[in-house]
Amino acid sequence: MTKFSHTDSVSVTLLAIGPAPLALEPLVAAVTKESEEARGGHHGAIVTFLGLVRNHNQGRRVQYLDYEAYPSLALKAFARIADEASRRWPAVRIALHHRTGRLEVGEASVAIAAASPHRADAYAACRYAIERVKQIAPIWKREYFEGGDVWIEGATADPDDVRAREEAERVACA
Amino acid sequence: MRVTVRLFARLRDLTGAAEMTREIAPGGTIGAVWRDLAGEFPALADYERSISAALNADYARMDAEVHDGDEVAFLPPVSGG
Repeated sequence: MTKFSHTDSVSVTLLAIGPAPLALEPLVAAVTKESEEARGGHHGAIVTFLGLVRNHNQGRRVQYLDYEAYPSLALKAFARIADEASRRWPAVRIALHHRTGRLEVGEASVAIAAASPHRADAYAACRYAIERVKQIAPIWKREYFEGGDVWIEGATADPDDVRAREEAERVACA
Repeated sequence: MRVTVRLFARLRDLTGAAEMTREIAPGGTIGAVWRDLAGEFPALADYERSISAALNADYARMDAEVHDGDEVAFLPPVSGG
């Protein structure tokens, strides 16, 4: 049973978006709990990813980022990403949390955990998930740098774009 | 009929509103809502080819029909992660 959360409390939740600081342990706990409920001990690996606010971007010295999201749609996008991953790599379980609001350099903006019977699939699914977040999650960062600020605009979000999805799979399996 | 329009990130900055209510003719589509909005806020025209849309918090195509009370959202290119 997939659980959704738009909250600032830390809980054993697979998918979440909100202003609370991120930590990996709750995601590891979430995919572990999920796998125990499903089949009990069949997972042999958990790969985690933490995305951080970097102090430079395109030659600019970054001071901080401000993340905005469409939370209800973001949770659906996360659910879609987790579903895509578990279809592509059977038995993979994904937990995905994204933070919103002002984030200082060095803070984590996104956390992902991928559990799988085998490490190769866990690595691939984790990489796939972050690539898909960047493609289809309705989240935007505004970069505040020395001398100004700018909205960062990346991909036009289209969950049905097959080429984008194939590109994420290609990167995940490289 | 009336729909709620939600705008995010730079689209919100360009219009000065995160949320607004607009009248739309019966049978209207998300595209019609967008064209009205772009007429009202010419700065939005740059986004014609790069926006995504959502209808009641699900991604939707511009030709999707809207109904009274619907929430229509316009999303500039995303940059999460």
